[in-house]
Amino acid sequence: MEGELKELLSDIKTLKNSLPDRSQYALIENGQGSVQKSGGFVKNFIVKCSIQDMNAEVVDSNPYSRLMALQKMGIVDNYERIREFSVAIVGIGGVGSVATEVLTRCGIGHLLLYDYDTVELANMNRLFFRPKQAGLTKTDAAVQTLSDINPDVVLESYTLNITTVRGFETFMSSLRNKSFCSSKDGCGVDLVLSCVDNYEARMVVNQACNELNQTWMESGVSENAVSGHIQLLIPGKTACFACAPPLVVASGIDAHTLKREGVCAASLPTTMTTRWELLPGLLVQNTLKYLLKFGHVTPYLGYNALKDYFPTMEMKPNPQCSNSACLERQKEYALAKPARDAAAKAKMEAEAPSETKCLHEDNEWNIRFSAGGYHPRASKCR
Amino acid sequence: MEGWDSTTKSTLTQIPLLSVKAGPRDGAAWTQRLKEEYKALIAYTSMNKAKDNDWFRISAANPEGTRWTGKCWYIHNLLKYEFDLQFDIPVTYPATAPELELPQLDGKTQKMYRGGKICLTVHFKPLWAKNCPRFGIAHALCLGLAPWLAAEIPILVDSGMIKHKDDASSSNES
Repeated sequence: MEGELKELLSDIKTLKNSLPDRSQYALIENGQGSVQKSGGFVKNFIVKCSIQDMNAEVVDSNPYSRLMALQKMGIVDNYERIREFSVAIVGIGGVGSVATEVLTRCGIGHLLLYDYDTVELANMNRLFFRPKQAGLTKTDAAVQTLSDINPDVVLESYTLNITTVRGFETFMSSLRNKSFCSSKDGCGVDLVLSCVDNYEARMVVNQACNELNQTWMESGVSENAVSGHIQLLIPGKTACFACAPPLVVASGIDAHTLKREGVCAASLPTTMTTRWELLPGLLVQNTLKYLLKFGHVTPYLGYNALKDYFPTMEMKPNPQCSNSACLERQKEYALAKPARDAAAKAKMEAEAPSETKCLHEDNEWNIRFSAGGYHPRASKCR
Repeated sequence: MEGWDSTTKSTLTQIPLLSVKAGPRDGAAWTQRLKEEYKALIAYTSMNKAKDNDWFRISAANPEGTRWTGKCWYIHNLLKYEFDLQFDIPVTYPATAPELELPQLDGKTQKMYRGGKICLTVHFKPLWAKNCPRFGIAHALCLGLAPWLAAEIPILVDSGMIKHKDDASSSNES
């Protein structure tokens, strides 16, 4: 329709120029103005429509062209698989909301959002929410924004407090629900991201994931907003959130680790730069690596903004963890070890022979590779 | 127990400790825990009455005992201020303490989270964790709510944020 309006405009111009009688010019210019306005109106209505398949064509109108490039460059095998994945994000605040936006723009299949808070002007120092959304629940505001950005993503939102008994039951059943992709084993979601701002909620997510044997990632920003971290938790394999809680106390412990992160208005300093923007980026990057199986999925990555220090580490589970579900998962993980080792061995054996595959059938110039001794990589053909 | 005043400390040591480590999802064990909770609450309330400091009333709002409501009082300058009190038992109880709420004061003080949840001192959580599962609702009230009222109500009254119910005013809190 835009094209037709453009044509109309150019026809009017031609007509105007051909008129010897200038007295009609004002009328014609009015008409031109109206057509131009309509053109602007129409442009605003060009809504992104849902698509069937992700295509890799590099054209302006393809929202996935830059993402599919990851596949073309050999970083990711089959990027389109992202449409099969389901990610639950608990906490749609400074970190969570940005994470949902990044995943939405990446074309994730299904997002489940959980938060019971409302958008306020005090939230405007962080990305994502807009001032005119103040008063809406964070979940409603998020769905509003995200569905506009990418209608291909299936959005499910829950405005509830997961720490109450009823909230927890709804939380658990929503994670188990396989209506998005019934062929998944285990839960209906592939990953849970915890972007909450308090210890209690993290413990609840930990409890749920331990019971459901669900891998999850936890993120946090310190109360003074100058450091943050992301952590990968695999029940039974890595430490769970209760394995080494910040509350393991000898008397005289520094209680700073226990403070609520970023909620108590009294103790929150003016949160400046860093973390809100960086942390969701780190979190989603780790998420994509985990889901699409490329790169190294970090078990823990910290960020100290003042020193630009990024520590990493691995935390093993605590055999005396206070969480009984964690202990059960640890037992199961240990029992499954022989099966894992056998599978790893088989995989290595399957990969080895291809390295001695001949690259060239002929060797016209009789080029030889000479090494000190037998070298499995040195093909005789080279 | 550094950081607590001596009255709180001495009161706390007299409240019976609980033994059953069970949360609201643990069926019969939770029923046992609830019995212990009531015992401790009754003991604590009797102690308060004996010291002429009966400052709260709470009861379970549902048969499962996962939601509690009631009232609490604080006396400042010879006037008694009364507030509604409510809280849910979190699913990870007793590892995590209940979040005590005073909904009428929501938005009036910075020492409060959304919905009126009181902001506890830095000393509360380590002590709670160290003593899990021995501490229960009575201990949370003694260690959490009582010091909070003592710290915040005088400030709120003196600054005019809350008014006694006898002061005729359209925006008064009882």
